[in-house]
Amino acid sequence: MSPKLVPYALLIPGLIVIAALLLYPLFQMVVMSFQKVGLKQIRPKNPVPAEWNDFENYTTVLQSDLFWTSLRNTVVFAVVTGALTLVVGTLVGLLLNRLGRAMSTVVVVGIMAAWAVPPTSQAIIWKWLFDADSGIINWALNLLPDWLSSLVFGRSDWSGQPWLNEPLTIYLVLVMAVLWASFPFVAVSVLAGLKSIPSELYEAARVDGSTGIGTFRKITFPLLKPVFSVLIVLQIIWDFKVFTQLFLIAGGTNMPREAFNLSLWSYIEAFSPPPDMGLGSAIAVVLTVVLLLITFVYVRQIVKAEDVR
Amino acid sequence: MTPLARKRLAKYGLNAGAIAVFLFAVFPVYWMVATAFKPNDEIYTTEFMPVPLSPTLDHVERVFTKGVAGHSIWEYLLNSAIVAVTTVLVGAVFALLAATAVARFRFRFRTSFLVLLLIVQMVPAEALLIPLFLMVRRLGMYDQLIGLIVVNIGLTLPFSVWMLRTFVAAVPKDLEEAAWIDGATRFTTFWKVLFPLVAPGLVATSIFSFITAWNEFVFALTLINETSNYTMPRALSFFIGQRSTDWGGIMAASTLMTIPVLVFFLLVQRRMVSGLVAGAVKG
Repeated sequence: MSPKLVPYALLIPGLIVIAALLLYPLFQMVVMSFQKVGLKQIRPKNPVPAEWNDFENYTTVLQSDLFWTSLRNTVVFAVVTGALTLVVGTLVGLLLNRLGRAMSTVVVVGIMAAWAVPPTSQAIIWKWLFDADSGIINWALNLLPDWLSSLVFGRSDWSGQPWLNEPLTIYLVLVMAVLWASFPFVAVSVLAGLKSIPSELYEAARVDGSTGIGTFRKITFPLLKPVFSVLIVLQIIWDFKVFTQLFLIAGGTNMPREAFNLSLWSYIEAFSPPPDMGLGSAIAVVLTVVLLLITFVYVRQIVKAEDVR
Repeated sequence: MTPLARKRLAKYGLNAGAIAVFLFAVFPVYWMVATAFKPNDEIYTTEFMPVPLSPTLDHVERVFTKGVAGHSIWEYLLNSAIVAVTTVLVGAVFALLAATAVARFRFRFRTSFLVLLLIVQMVPAEALLIPLFLMVRRLGMYDQLIGLIVVNIGLTLPFSVWMLRTFVAAVPKDLEEAAWIDGATRFTTFWKVLFPLVAPGLVATSIFSFITAWNEFVFALTLINETSNYTMPRALSFFIGQRSTDWGGIMAASTLMTIPVLVFFLLVQRRMVSGLVAGAVKG
C-alpha cells in the first residue's frame, strides 16, 4: 500500500461507525422532523411511506403548552444544577488543596465513590432517601425543633411527606441526586488545576498583603479560567439532557407531564402509544440545536488549545 | 487571638469541612449497601437505623434465586457484561486504528476529522433515540443484545479515539523509526513497538467505554423488550414500576451493579480528569 493511503485505511472502520451510527441518524432525525411518522408508517407489516408535512411538527411543538414547561424545566434545571455543581465543586477543590495528605486522600476516595455510582443507582438511592414513609430525609426533618420547622417550611410534621408527586419537589430531589454525583468531577478538576499554579505566585501575593478572597480573585480564578470554561460547558451538556435520573425519580412513563424536560418529552411522544416519531424528532432537533449553539464555544476553545491542526 | 491559635482554628475548620464533604459523598452509597443487608423490619420503619442490627443476606439471595421480573439477576449481570465487554473489544480495535492515523500521520482532512470527533460528542444521544431505534429494528436487531452493542460502540467511539490519540502521540517516533531501519515491516513495527507502549492508554480508554456501556440505560429501555434480554440498569428500573417498592431487593441489586464500576473508577481516576478536561489543565 502506498504510504499516503495508510492513514485513510486506518480511519475507515472508525469513520464508517461514526457515519452510520451518529451522522446518518442525525440526518434521519432532521428529515423525520418534517414528516408524519406515526403507527402506520412504522408498523413492521406493509408500512405506509412517510409523508412530508412541512412544518406541522414544529408548529405543534411551539403551540403545545408542554413546550414551554419542558423548555423551562430543561433550562432552569441545567442552570441551577450547573451553578450549584460548579460552586460546591470549586469549594471542595479549594478545600482539598489545603488539606493534609492523608485527609485529602480520604476525601478524594470518598467523593470518587459518589462519582462512580451509575445513574440508575443514583436515582434509586435518592428516591429511597426521600421516600415518604421510611425515607431518612423525612426522619431528619422531623428532628428539627417544631418552631424552626414551621418558621422555615410552614409545617412541623414530615411523616409520610411525599416528595415525588409534583414537579417542583421531583426536581428538588433530582437536583440533589445530580449535584451529589457530579460535584466530585469539578472538585478533582479544580484540584488538578490548583496543583499546576506555581506556589511562588501565592507567596508574592502574601508578601504584598493580599488576603484569601483577593488572592482567589486575582490569581486563582484568572489562572483557572480555561478549566472553568470547559467545566461549565461539560456541566451544561450533561445537565441539559438528563434523562435516566429524571425518568426513574419521576416514576417512569407515568410521570406527571408537567415534569417533562425536552429529552423526556421527545421520548414520550415517540414511544408512548400512539407513537408520533415525527413530533418526537422535531423536539429532539430543538434540543440538539440549543445544545450545539452552547457547546460551539467549547469546541472552539478545544480546537484552539489542542494541536488539532 | 494569637496567630498560632488562629492557625490551629483554621486547621480545625478545614478538617471539619473535609469530614462534612466526606459524609455527604459517602453516606448515600453507605445507605444503599446498609439497606441491602437490613431485614425488612429495619427497612420499613420511621426510626433511624444507622447500621443493620441483625444483618441478613436475604435480599442478596432473593435477587439471585427468585430474581427480578422472572429472571435471576445472574442473567442481567451476564447480559450487561456481554454488552459492555463486546463494546469494549470491538471499540478498542477501531479506536486504536483511528487514533494511530491521527496521531502518527499528517494527511488532508485530519483537522476536519478531529473537529468532527468533537462535534459528534456534543450531540445528545437521547436525540438519536428515534432514528437509531428505527435503524436497529430495520436490521432485525430489535430486542437483541447485538443491537445494544452496535449502538454502544457508536456512542463510545468518538471519545475513545479522542482520548487514545494522546497516548499514541506520547510514544516517541524514534522507536518506530529504529525498528524500520532494522528492517521490520509496518505491521511488526505496530505490533511489537507501538502496541505494547500504548497498551496502558488502551486499558484506560477501555475502562471508560466499559463504564459507559455498563451504565447505559436509555437505549436498553428503548431497544429491549423481553425481560430475558434486560441489562442490569433496565432490570433495576423494573423495580420502580412496582406498586410497592422492594427496597431491600433493589438496593442489593444496585450494590451488585455498582461494585465493578467503583473498582474501575479507582483504577482510572487520574486519567478521568485529564481525558475530559483535555487541554485546559496543564500540569
